[in-house]
Amino acid sequence: MSAVDAPVGLAGRLGQSAVRPDGVAKTQGTFEFSGDLSADGFLWGATLRSPHPHARIVRIDLSGAWKIDGVQAVITAEDVPGRLTYGLISHDQPVFAHEVVRFVGEPVAAVAADHPDTCRRALEAIVVEYEVLTSLTDPEQAVDGSFPPIHPDGNVIRHQRIVRGDQTIEGPVVVEGTYELGMQDQAFLGLEAALAVPDPGGAGVELHIATQWLHEDRKQLAACLDLPEEQVRLVLGGVGGAFGAREDISLQVHSCLLALRTGRPVRMAYSRHESFLGHVHRHPCRVWMRHHADESGRLLRVEARFVFDGGAYASTSSAVLINGITHAQGPYHCDNATVDGWAVRTNNLPCGAMRGFGVVQACFAHEGQMDKLAAAIGVDPVEIRLRNAMRTGDHLITGQVVESVAPVERLIRELAELPLPTEPVGGHDHDPMRLPGGAGLTADPATIRRGIGWAISIKNLMYSEAFDDYSTARVRLADGVATVKFATAEVGQGFVTLAGQIARSVLGVGDVVLDRIDTHIGSAGSTSASRQTWMSGGAVDGACRLVRERLFEHLAAVHDLEPFQLAIDGSDVIDTVGTLRVSVAEATAGLEFDETFEHHHRPTEDLDEFGQGNCHTAFAFAAHRAVVDVDPELGLVKVVQVATVQDVGRALNPLSVTGQIEGGIAQGVGLAVMEEIILVDGHVRNASFTDYLLPTFLDMPDVVIGLVEEPEPQAPLGAKGVGEPPTVSSTPAVVAAIRDAIGKDLHRVPVRPTDIVFG
Amino acid sequence: MIYTLHVNGDAREVRDAAVGESLLFVLRERLGLMGSKGACEQGECGSCSVLVDGNLVCGCLVLAAGAVGQEITTIEGVAPEGSPSDVQQAFVDAGAVQCGFCTPGLIMAAHALLERSPSPTELEIREELSGNICRCTGYGRIIDAVQRVAVVRRGDA
Repeated sequence: MSAVDAPVGLAGRLGQSAVRPDGVAKTQGTFEFSGDLSADGFLWGATLRSPHPHARIVRIDLSGAWKIDGVQAVITAEDVPGRLTYGLISHDQPVFAHEVVRFVGEPVAAVAADHPDTCRRALEAIVVEYEVLTSLTDPEQAVDGSFPPIHPDGNVIRHQRIVRGDQTIEGPVVVEGTYELGMQDQAFLGLEAALAVPDPGGAGVELHIATQWLHEDRKQLAACLDLPEEQVRLVLGGVGGAFGAREDISLQVHSCLLALRTGRPVRMAYSRHESFLGHVHRHPCRVWMRHHADESGRLLRVEARFVFDGGAYASTSSAVLINGITHAQGPYHCDNATVDGWAVRTNNLPCGAMRGFGVVQACFAHEGQMDKLAAAIGVDPVEIRLRNAMRTGDHLITGQVVESVAPVERLIRELAELPLPTEPVGGHDHDPMRLPGGAGLTADPATIRRGIGWAISIKNLMYSEAFDDYSTARVRLADGVATVKFATAEVGQGFVTLAGQIARSVLGVGDVVLDRIDTHIGSAGSTSASRQTWMSGGAVDGACRLVRERLFEHLAAVHDLEPFQLAIDGSDVIDTVGTLRVSVAEATAGLEFDETFEHHHRPTEDLDEFGQGNCHTAFAFAAHRAVVDVDPELGLVKVVQVATVQDVGRALNPLSVTGQIEGGIAQGVGLAVMEEIILVDGHVRNASFTDYLLPTFLDMPDVVIGLVEEPEPQAPLGAKGVGEPPTVSSTPAVVAAIRDAIGKDLHRVPVRPTDIVFG
Repeated sequence: MIYTLHVNGDAREVRDAAVGESLLFVLRERLGLMGSKGACEQGECGSCSVLVDGNLVCGCLVLAAGAVGQEITTIEGVAPEGSPSDVQQAFVDAGAVQCGFCTPGLIMAAHALLERSPSPTELEIREELSGNICRCTGYGRIIDAVQRVAVVRRGDA
């Protein structure tokens, strides 16, 4: 049943394509993003950043900035009242560089002034004398210890092995490869922005911020500001996309410091250039893999070595590493493994969370290997994957049993049934816009080759390694209206839609009011790791169920029934023997039921020294098939179609699921053939949308989608997270298709024209 | 400096502006019209799309003081608040909105496209809207939204 033909009163419930409650406001420009917020008497804030990847700060002279009319504050590391550093897992990143800078773009000072131009001139007037140091930019030098520590915590952020089963087993079929991924940017459209409003007397501060995790920001902020957490209140400013880049602190501490220093509200807003420097990126990674298989292609052992370049500060690198190495086998059965992984510190841009979180790197490597294995034993890419497909109950190389629904074989078989594009090379009407490179370049249809590639992925859901990433929700039901409160960051994914669907389904109400998203309730955890439908969905569902229990208890007492005899039917409460039918609105007139619920997933464990342990919560799977046209002489690629079948558990909102899948594939296609932050000796060469290329309407292929809906028993609503899997295996599918078209062993993304022509 | 801009049918006086301020900055920060968004400041993303004398332009690339005497239409001028245009409603219904940051610019571009070409092909939609970047949706639902409007306007549905 679609939302359109649902009976009146049932629209917008679970399973339907409910539309966004903020949709009209977003189309009309009235939805307030964090950069749109203002307050009386506000000042603009701006950040001075290091021009060097590694240098000692000899001297900072702020006097020039103070001489400029309109400047109200100039601050450095000396002005941080509390902890001088922050960070998600270890607080190793300075609020402002102190004595040394470790990456191009590291904050050194900040100013507050009456106009953005005044800020710009003030920053230019600050004199910083640097003694430039040799930069560590090759992560292998961090691994082998040949470069002196660039940080007191050392150059290795984390090292972890996985040793499982028979370590001596070899061949008879052996395939080997080294794979590399460039640094990808999340490139959300809504630039970093905040409004910090100080309390009178500096007793506290209210920060309106676009973030993924209000409570984690607050914890880090309070420590740096030396304020009690309750004096630091965060409100979600409208978020223009996130994709991992808003999990870390960017301008949060700076804007609050400036507001507290000046006693006036402060707005900060990054430029696109500054945004490239001011948030973490997807880790560049080098992966070596050697797969051992029997003559039929069944995996006997996986060997792998991962090196993740974490850049200057740790961020979530240690968790990204664990995700990468624990997914080395892919969605395949494999009993034996020998894996070694490092996340290291360099003077490159800091890296952390981005959609797919370490698994993108693992999947690009293991899927390249599966194609090599297929070629080695003479079967096609589909057959090799079917022969090795993981099933529920299989062991991961960590020893963990995959208890999640694992419909890998079904994904592959259903994907094979999806239609291939009917469009010939160059399109039905031979429009040059349909050629690789588009109309502006000179691809010759006669030389273009079409290729098809496959890739399959497994992706963990929620946080891992014994972390309790719970979520909290509060629901009040009064006079037939449900009011739902949570701190879940709505970043565009549509949790605000889902929350209403849950409340309508569980409580039978039509009207759902969403309270402001802020820290006046317990944490929701981060909007990341494909976790909010499961975690915050579980919290809203739990709170709604508690409210429903209270309502049933009340009605049972009034009508001399037992609560278990009552149920919600449409918008009514009924009893099972047919004596009572009363609308929820009527039943709750003049009454209020108010309940709060925390949803926790089951506990997970740390890995031991051999990389063994039940470290993950649950898993989702996806399969992708890409069709590309390649001009082998010019090195140009047109991705014609990406077809996918995804394991979603249950599609709670099919339209939202479609949006996540198409959007995720766009980012995967971007990594495959377009997107890379180019670093030369630690200097960024393309920090703009002119030079960092994102997929446009013309770059995006047609997307064909199939869903596998086998409800996940562990999940509160039966639904798995759907955000990350589309990004994980779409990239290797596109690269496999290019390899298929030109017959070359491409091992690096993004694939560049030179790789195709000369690789 | 002081000058007057004609925005959404109204004469709006701009005071205390520096001469180098972009139309996007003046619309947002001096006239309080926050619907136009800035995401790249160099005309690559289309988030700041507005009409100047009927031409779709990037507000970040136009000097505000240079738009004196021209008719400027912003997202706020497309339809009254709470009464979305057909294109705006189609974006909501088709799932073309996620984070929504690119959306006002895309609404401006989609209206301009459908004015010029009431029955655009899919390739035409892709080409005409390719100056607007969306990072969330992968564009599929946006194409669907534009096609839905074209069908309804033709009276096919």
